[in-house]
Amino acid sequence: MTTAEKRVGAIANFVDERTGAAGWVKKSLNKVFPDHWSFMLGEVCMYSFIILLLSGTFLTLWFDPSQREVIYDGVYEPLQGLKMSAAYASTLDISFEIRGGLLMRQIHHWSANIFMAAIVAHLLRVFFTGAFRKPREFNWILGIILVTLGLVEGLFGYSLPDDLLSGTGLRITSAIIQAIPLVGTYITFFLFGGAFPGVGFIPRIFTLHVLLIPGIFLAVITIHVMLVWYQKHTQFAGPGKTEKNVVGHPILPVYMAKAGGFFFIVFGVTAFLSAVASINPIWLYGPYTPGQISAGSQPDWYMGWLDGLVRMAPPWETHAFGHTVSWNILIPALIVPGILFTGMALYPFIESWITGDKREHHLLDRPRNVPNRTALGVMSITFVMISLINGGNDILATAFDLSINQIMWFSRISIFVLPPLAFVITKRLCLSLQRADRELVLHGKETGRLVRMPSGEFVEVHEPISEQKRFILTSHEQPTPLVLEDIDSRGVRRAGTLKNKLRVRLSKAHAVAIPKVTAQELKEIEHH
Amino acid sequence: MRTVSNEIESIKDPGPAPHVLRAADVNPRSEKRAEQQVAILFALSGVGSLLLIYSYVFIANDVFIFIPVMGNQHAQQLGLGIGMAMSLFFLGMAAIHWAKTLMSETEVVNHRHEFRSSDEDREDFIKTVKEGVAGVQLGRRKLIKRSMAASIGLFALPPVLLLRDLGPLPKKQLETTNWKSGTRLVTDPGDRPILASDLEVGSVVQVLPAIAESGEKGEHPERLLSDIAKDPVLLIRLRPEDFNLTPEKLAMTHEGIIAFSKICSHMGCAVALYEQTTKHLLCPCHQSTFDVTRGAKVIFGPAARPLPQLDITIDAEGYLIARAPFSESVGPSYWERNSQ
Ligand code: HEM
Ligand code: FES
Repeated sequence: MTTAEKRVGAIANFVDERTGAAGWVKKSLNKVFPDHWSFMLGEVCMYSFIILLLSGTFLTLWFDPSQREVIYDGVYEPLQGLKMSAAYASTLDISFEIRGGLLMRQIHHWSANIFMAAIVAHLLRVFFTGAFRKPREFNWILGIILVTLGLVEGLFGYSLPDDLLSGTGLRITSAIIQAIPLVGTYITFFLFGGAFPGVGFIPRIFTLHVLLIPGIFLAVITIHVMLVWYQKHTQFAGPGKTEKNVVGHPILPVYMAKAGGFFFIVFGVTAFLSAVASINPIWLYGPYTPGQISAGSQPDWYMGWLDGLVRMAPPWETHAFGHTVSWNILIPALIVPGILFTGMALYPFIESWITGDKREHHLLDRPRNVPNRTALGVMSITFVMISLINGGNDILATAFDLSINQIMWFSRISIFVLPPLAFVITKRLCLSLQRADRELVLHGKETGRLVRMPSGEFVEVHEPISEQKRFILTSHEQPTPLVLEDIDSRGVRRAGTLKNKLRVRLSKAHAVAIPKVTAQELKEIEHH
Repeated sequence: MRTVSNEIESIKDPGPAPHVLRAADVNPRSEKRAEQQVAILFALSGVGSLLLIYSYVFIANDVFIFIPVMGNQHAQQLGLGIGMAMSLFFLGMAAIHWAKTLMSETEVVNHRHEFRSSDEDREDFIKTVKEGVAGVQLGRRKLIKRSMAASIGLFALPPVLLLRDLGPLPKKQLETTNWKSGTRLVTDPGDRPILASDLEVGSVVQVLPAIAESGEKGEHPERLLSDIAKDPVLLIRLRPEDFNLTPEKLAMTHEGIIAFSKICSHMGCAVALYEQTTKHLLCPCHQSTFDVTRGAKVIFGPAARPLPQLDITIDAEGYLIARAPFSESVGPSYWERNSQ
């Protein structure tokens, strides 16, 4: 035994004699993790969060979250002598006078963007592979909470520096809250500490941004990861992999080394971006004053789709009995996102209601094998993308010399037309991919080599695929549509027939598939 | 296209493909090489850290260097950033390369069990809960049940109440601005009163209400940001024949000079863009477009109401003044707004 080994042994002994942890730790260390590139997306989220904690804490050491007015006398000449909030002035100081301050600000902002991008990518991975199915519905819902929190945390974050751009964002935020019927006006006055821009909002969202929300994040992420640990990771179907096992590498040493190394790579790439690519150069925008605005006002991209929805809303307001209801704000900013996020949170339950499938699932789906779900996902992405494009309509208009009117009308129409179209196209695409899989299993892959048959015709040589590959392409289940009788066993009409009918229709649509190759079919072909 | 059932016989699992050994597992030379590569990666990380330290200590804050493609760059920021990026990135690469080429890798199979507890456990659990609930005897203790419900209901109020002092009540703040009858229009910035005759046709000026000189000790009172959030007004001079207004609205103009609130009736951004040729005002936030000749009627975008118009005239000295306060609230809508 080397001295290092002895020392580790002594520490382990010390801890175990006081906690009895050895048994549990041994079990945990034996857990294995299946390998697939898409399983790293969740890791990127976690690592970016850690980077946010580190860089954010650095910023708090100098940032002054106050709306107190000061006269700027720092080193950045163009703004010297201007009145501004202490928040903005201190952000200028971090950028120009603290060594590494600008780097940290840029790391913080870049990692916020990477964080949100990774969350979205991770969410899509989980959705399209069906990883949210029983028993993982809790984790799906926790994930939806994390995206929502991320949106709010990011909005609060880029509002803190109190520059002209972020102040405009806050103006819009206050108008959204103010539009809530009955209580909106009161809530805005309370949150902002008076009429907009008030005196209290920046210090208040600062506390939420650096303490409360990160605290909730930490708790939710911990539960999220512990559940993954406890329920064991899902895996893609393949030889030797079943619903009853997990095949992969144990945590020590390979997985640990790769995961740890990957953290530094994510951090390194973030630092590199922050070194060479400027982000949020607040000194160019100037301090916030409500009477002014910078042209091309854009939020960060993860809020951009909401802004795009707001931009395309029709000018509807209801004026009645001395009251005003702003549908042009409520629908795009609160009602549509509300429906979208609630729908997402409930989706695992909706799907299992449609399929009638209440079993546990640990093998992942290939998206093409569940056309309905895949199509629904692409439909939602299309919806959000159109909104996002419309959120940048002014920029697009100048870049491509279009009129804003054209883009706006394009968005207003296509937000209704393109998502359903995307659904239909995706579903067809999935089915033709299934057909291609079927061909591949039956006839092998095309080699591009032509041979001349004795009869004189040319045929292409097909090469059979490996046994493993064949199994991968055929091991999925193909769902059967639900059969629900309107009449129960005693001959009485059931309650809720309409609901049953809908369910049967949906489950039929869900079960559409190209029949996969069976063992018999393969045998027959081989005998030819 | 048809639906299929699972009654068919699937293709059998052929079992995992055989384990393939890596170069470093079989060839000592590859092993040596991999070891050296890992060491080099660690060394590069060290170089990054040194670069960071060097940049922090030795590069002055005002040095710029020219980098092709990127242009002039702040040398210290770049040195710190590249140093940090290298030190982190290569550390990660080293660990991963080490794991991939040299660490013992064996695929392992873990078994799963269903999460559902055994039937006995579930029954026991239900029994325990039932007994527990029965022990509380809520069914029999009506009085306790009701008083408990009432007190819990009341208990929810204090936390909400305690937030009451976050801010003042709205009162009339959203309905009023600092424009009074007789208030002079002054330029923003500059605070200079404006002679109607000085405004040329086609010009646009941003104005604010003049603040009364009589601050307490005679000093100039400050404008609050919350005033600047609702007071700004845009002054535009057209040829009188360009207008297409109702008689009441026309009476609110002065010789072709028309004044609108600059605060967007949609969500309160500053409506900052004026197009000379079309005589349209455009809000950069969501592109609501207002036609100046028709009293800032909304001709495009999500805004639902025209920009409120300020009634203006001139005083004895010829300076522009407000004849009356705004007759409606400026800025975005809210529940209590009477928009009729
Ligand atoms: C977890 C998710 C988080 C997200 C998505 C996020 C996002 C942001 C964004 C986008 C900004 C604007 C940055 C800029 O333009 O400079 C910001 C600013 C800031 N954040 Fe965060 N942040 C997060 C967590 C944290 C944490 C944990 C802390 C502190 C413990 C923190 C402290 C700050 C401070 C002090 C600022 C303002 C200073 C400045 O802009 O220079 N943040 N945040
Ligand atoms: S705030 Fe002006 S269009 Fe929305």
